[in-house]
Amino acid sequence: MEMSFIIYKLILATCVFGASLFVAMYSTYAERKVAAFLQDRIGPNRAGPFGILQPLADGVKMFMKEEIIPNVSNKFLFLLGPSIAMLTALMTGAVIPWGTSLTINGTDYPLQVTDINIGILYLFGVVSIGVYGIMIGGWASNNKYSLLGALRASSQMISYELAMGLSIIALVMMTGTLSVREIAAQQTGWHWNVIYQPLGFLIFLICAFAETNRAPFDLAECESELVGGYHTEYSSMKLGFYLFAEYINMFISSAIIATFYFGGYNMPLIGRFVTNPNTLAMLGTMFLFLKIFFFIFFYMWIRWTIPRFRYDQLMHLGWKILIPLAIANIIFTGFGMYFFN
Amino acid sequence: MLTLTNRSKVVVKKQMTFWEKLYIPAILGGLRITFSHFFKKKATISYPEVQREFAPVYRGQHVLKRDENGAERCTSCGLCAVACPAEAITMTSAERKPGEENLYREEKYAATYEINMLRCIFCGLCEEACPKEAIFLTDRIVPSADLRKNFVYGKNKLVEPIEKEKRISVARRQTEDVSEFKKQPNVAHNKLFEGKKLK
Ligand code: SF4
Ligand code: SF4
Repeated sequence: MEMSFIIYKLILATCVFGASLFVAMYSTYAERKVAAFLQDRIGPNRAGPFGILQPLADGVKMFMKEEIIPNVSNKFLFLLGPSIAMLTALMTGAVIPWGTSLTINGTDYPLQVTDINIGILYLFGVVSIGVYGIMIGGWASNNKYSLLGALRASSQMISYELAMGLSIIALVMMTGTLSVREIAAQQTGWHWNVIYQPLGFLIFLICAFAETNRAPFDLAECESELVGGYHTEYSSMKLGFYLFAEYINMFISSAIIATFYFGGYNMPLIGRFVTNPNTLAMLGTMFLFLKIFFFIFFYMWIRWTIPRFRYDQLMHLGWKILIPLAIANIIFTGFGMYFFN
Repeated sequence: MLTLTNRSKVVVKKQMTFWEKLYIPAILGGLRITFSHFFKKKATISYPEVQREFAPVYRGQHVLKRDENGAERCTSCGLCAVACPAEAITMTSAERKPGEENLYREEKYAATYEINMLRCIFCGLCEEACPKEAIFLTDRIVPSADLRKNFVYGKNKLVEPIEKEKRISVARRQTEDVSEFKKQPNVAHNKLFEGKKLK
């Protein structure tokens, strides 16, 4: 392994890391703006022009807040919770192909931190560790509201992971690979997976909402019943980590949706006008980010439109509707592959 | 069923149809509605830059008026304090000494006059009670402060400045009747007394 390889990976990893943080940072701003606009308000507009320095101000505020660790909590676990949430949120970015590859001096530099051949399994593994952050944090707080929030979060995530996994199986059957890069590469032109897997996409989308704990499935932090849910006892930057992890998760899951179902970095038509592969790669990355931003917006749009589900409705939807649907989708896909190939 | 009014409705708990159970059409409908609001004109008025017009009847911070000669109108009769439902007004009286005619209009005046702005509900009853047209509510906003004691406004904040051009106009708050009434020369306290002119 020569030096340039390590440097290139290091740069790429830093970029992905930075981009995740940056996008998450501005998602908090975008969320407020979108919420405001959808409610006929203006939103933050005091910190800097149009309020674009608002995330910085929020960060400063979070750091300056008093650091409170409840006496009766398990201190180690109390600190571990937000750390896990943040760690797993940032780890998923590694297997997402952010673009094709840049060719510099005859060497190919693929725009992906690591292309493991079981990328999808890795994603699922990391995402399911993510629930521990919430569970541990909620349990360690030693507060009934936190505990209830954590309970809800974990049962919700576990049940929706099933449907999510099943919907992905249909996709894997079709593409015949577990590598995220290959899934993205297969969707050239207009061959986006969403066209072949509309039902699978719908299930995946719903489950992604549940997995990221976003409205209408944000029962884990349901303010109307649980104060703040699993992060009731958290303050200062530990709370910041939890909130921030949610936005990173949103970014990553938007990236995953875009990559799995919406062609990732593939752009229809552009290939005819631009021939330079490097420019093409950059354009592809930009296009991917456009898709990601759309989905982030979609997340917010949904959040400010649909009220929260009741807990039994949530479980009903997960177990009695989505899982059977996902299984049916697998069978349909099987038939489809048998008859059309 | 006999009803008292015609407005009561019989509530039916109806089962959702299959179409409704799908949720998706309803969700799409909701998304369409919220998205249409995205481009609507916002109702917000960005405060310090744009200031909203107050209604003519707006009742803000009080002012203790002076008369044409610059003498304080208030005679410390206490009627405003009695009228005040929030018990926000307190005062102590003093007797006017010879030579102070240019400062105080009547023989008795308010040595201290305090309104607790945290108690005040800006009802305007003090204004109505005052027989001397001394106290008025204006269209000024009571500014914020970080200590309770700073909300107790004494005479230094309530009495308007003596300079003619710095006087605080309450014309906007005056109804036609009041303006008419002030012009009547036969009403005692509207009269200009000799010897009360500024020296
Ligand atoms: S406005 Fe009403 S509450 Fe305020 S001081 Fe006058 S009478 Fe009292
Ligand atoms: S403000 Fe008017 S009502 Fe109040 S004490 Fe003075 S003269 Fe009397």
